Amino acid sequence: MGNTPAVEMINVTKRFGKVTANDHVNLEIRKGEILSLLGENGSGKTTLMNMLSGLYFPDEGEIRINGEPVTITSPKDAFDCGIGMIHQHFKLVDVFTAAENVTLGAENSKLDIKAVTAHIKEICDKYGFIIDPGKKVYDMSVSEKQTVEIIKVLYRGADILILDEPTAVLTPQETDRLFNVMRNMKADGKAMIIITHKLHEVMDVSDRVAVLRKGQYIGDVATKDTNPDKLTEMMVGKKVTLNIAHPKYPNPTPRLTVKNLTVVDAIGVKRLDNVSFTAYGGEILGIAGIAGSGQKELLESIAGLQITQPGSSILYYPKEADSKGVELIGKSPKEIRNLGVGLSFVPEDRLGMGLVGPMGMTDNMLLRSFRKGKGIFADRKSPKELADKVMNDLGVVTPSTEFPVRRLSGGNVQKVLVGREIAQEPSVLMTAYAVRGLDINTSYIIYDLLTEQKMKGVAVVYVGEDLDVLLELADRIMVICGGQVSGIVDTAKTTKEEVGLLMTKFRKGGNS
Amino acid sequence: MNHSHTHHEPLLRIAKRDPLPRSKAYAVRVIAVLISLLVSGIFIFSVTKLNPIAVYQSMFQGAYGTNRRMWVTIRDTMMLLCISLGLAPAFKMRFWNIGAEGQVLIGGIATAGLMRSLGTSVPTPLLLIIMACASLVCGAVWGMIPAIFKARWNANETLFTLMMNYIAIQLTSYCVALWENPFGSNSVGIINPKTQAGWFPKLFGQANSLNVIIVLLVTVGMYVYLRYSKQGYEIAVVGDSENTARYAGINVQWVTIRTMAISSAICGLAGFIAVSGASHTISTSTAGGQGFTAIIVAWLSQFNSFIMVLISLLIVSLQKGAVQIASQFNLNDYASSVITGIILFFILGSEFFINFKIIVRGKKGGDAK
Repeated sequence: MGNTPAVEMINVTKRFGKVTANDHVNLEIRKGEILSLLGENGSGKTTLMNMLSGLYFPDEGEIRINGEPVTITSPKDAFDCGIGMIHQHFKLVDVFTAAENVTLGAENSKLDIKAVTAHIKEICDKYGFIIDPGKKVYDMSVSEKQTVEIIKVLYRGADILILDEPTAVLTPQETDRLFNVMRNMKADGKAMIIITHKLHEVMDVSDRVAVLRKGQYIGDVATKDTNPDKLTEMMVGKKVTLNIAHPKYPNPTPRLTVKNLTVVDAIGVKRLDNVSFTAYGGEILGIAGIAGSGQKELLESIAGLQITQPGSSILYYPKEADSKGVELIGKSPKEIRNLGVGLSFVPEDRLGMGLVGPMGMTDNMLLRSFRKGKGIFADRKSPKELADKVMNDLGVVTPSTEFPVRRLSGGNVQKVLVGREIAQEPSVLMTAYAVRGLDINTSYIIYDLLTEQKMKGVAVVYVGEDLDVLLELADRIMVICGGQVSGIVDTAKTTKEEVGLLMTKFRKGGNS
Repeated sequence: MNHSHTHHEPLLRIAKRDPLPRSKAYAVRVIAVLISLLVSGIFIFSVTKLNPIAVYQSMFQGAYGTNRRMWVTIRDTMMLLCISLGLAPAFKMRFWNIGAEGQVLIGGIATAGLMRSLGTSVPTPLLLIIMACASLVCGAVWGMIPAIFKARWNANETLFTLMMNYIAIQLTSYCVALWENPFGSNSVGIINPKTQAGWFPKLFGQANSLNVIIVLLVTVGMYVYLRYSKQGYEIAVVGDSENTARYAGINVQWVTIRTMAISSAICGLAGFIAVSGASHTISTSTAGGQGFTAIIVAWLSQFNSFIMVLISLLIVSLQKGAVQIASQFNLNDYASSVITGIILFFILGSEFFINFKIIVRGKKGGDAK
């Protein structure tokens, strides 16, 4: 294998207009090594990796593969150099099988599915993947889709793999399996770069950690010589305490009682099946489950955006005591919101719901208030004030409050959304994946904000994916699996493993 | 592992540039127009051996040579502008209203019908108001049909509005046959030629002053409506993301229908202006393809009413100039279309250079253009 590094990036610089995304970055990845690339949102990790995978071309600097200088101007060039990237959003054809997806785009393949299947089997045996090559992608779980993506890259002969937040969509068990595969690939001499925000995963799987901050290369350390606190300090540039405060609210009262909630989608599949639970004011109710288990439908039903089946009931108890409860089903989204039920829903596509991409912060604040006031003209004065307040309080980095939110980094978009929802002073605050893709510092700001709301007596419903965080942040966790409630546990009396098992309780075939 | 392929840095690369200051951006656009004139000059000379300057002069003469020609240019600009203003809210909502032709015709039919039947009994000022209202209402109803189908059953509005054009053309043919005058001419002829009842009156000594006043009022109104009103905000939200709109409690179906009603009402009003303020007759060519040209105007201006004024003026001037050179130099009509095409091409192309720069291999951050 020799001592030449698999990849060297030397003084690589990339600018977008006035913004310097990568400023003379030097990075080295050795063969048979797993490197974690760490950095806050907007620190330039993805930009740097996109230059390796051929999506961007550096303005300055040099890239060497196995010691040889190369020019990568397209993903095809990257493949020729043996570089394969597994993106956060899968790029698979739904109606094709695993094998068909793998051959897609591979060169001089005469579409001999048998040979392809054999080759895939070989790859699977070698590294410990489990996949049925004949299975259609639309039948696959998220983790299986990810496996197909990785096999696709290996099939084309990549020996340098870039994984962009691969664990964001996986259960703990699936994550462990992925890490085992990665260790097998490492033993085979592959070089791997993993981007993740979860520090315990960094400690678990990587050999070395490289840190970027604001486009600059801060340094790298061997994983065994460091710890999460030190890494955070490198990332943020100052000491940060990684503890989620968990105060108790004195007397939680029922705020929302959901009974027998059933939702059937357009093609007749049950998305929610007889879901019943109660959310209390002064409590954070965590909702855990594999992506697509019905989280979205649940929150949308409460917000009045889903058509529910007869027999479903969602009772809302306003803050004022001795009220009997208001049935939310049958009310319009507008009426429900006026009652004080806020939904800060952040689906896979952050800008798809909740924010208007081409508009600035001010106009996005206006989304909640534009009906206020008499006359036909919209009042932009108070939204402007709110936008300024959110910008200052949450530290949103934007050139101005009129700058299109679509062009802000993910973390900033999230802050705008959460900031606006909290400003409405809701009595029920629902968030889904509020910290998805956010860096540590911003995530903790959001956790603090949610806890602050809880201590004001708000019922917080938090749909999350990081079980460690859920266990620390929430008071109770409701686990849903395939649209059914598989358990409601008290975070003080449960373990990550128990929750992880509940997440796959009703899964057919038990492939966990 | 063979990495024997060597990849070369590409000769030209495209990179996003810093936002240009406004003055510089306009300079780029002016330069683009000048280059386009140069290129079309070369085209004219190489194909026809004519002096390009003489041709341009002739084009200018065609559009502005005489007082009358100038007013025809202004009148037609107002017509195109009015339709573009009508399309703006629909397109801003990402509702592909390709049916302006038909909406103009329907407004025109309503106007012509009222002009014929009420011309003798109702005084002109009142008649004008009645006709304007009728054209607005008829246009709105015509446009609401595809909007309702879209809102209710998600019918494709592009095909729907396009097909509605052909129905409108057939309806116009029917009315022309019905109102034929004189018998056998297969045209309606000038309506009320003696009394001029229902015609736009001369204001400030000009027959078309009222056209300008009405359309400029609509221009300002549309600008304010889209930019400052609550409904304008709703249109922008629905246009960007229906999910976000739903989530914000906006009734998407209702906004779709309402916006389309406004859009096609203004197109109907353009039909009123075309009949009452210009041709004083109705035929299947009353809309004359302007309903399609207006789509270009609306998108080029990014739905900014005031930029629409400039673009409408440019396009109509080019059309008038093209007609002039066709007759004066005995050129084929298509030669003038080519010139119009070259000029539009450069104007659109200049937007690219405003947003991007080209880097040549070897030069550091080099700046082209």
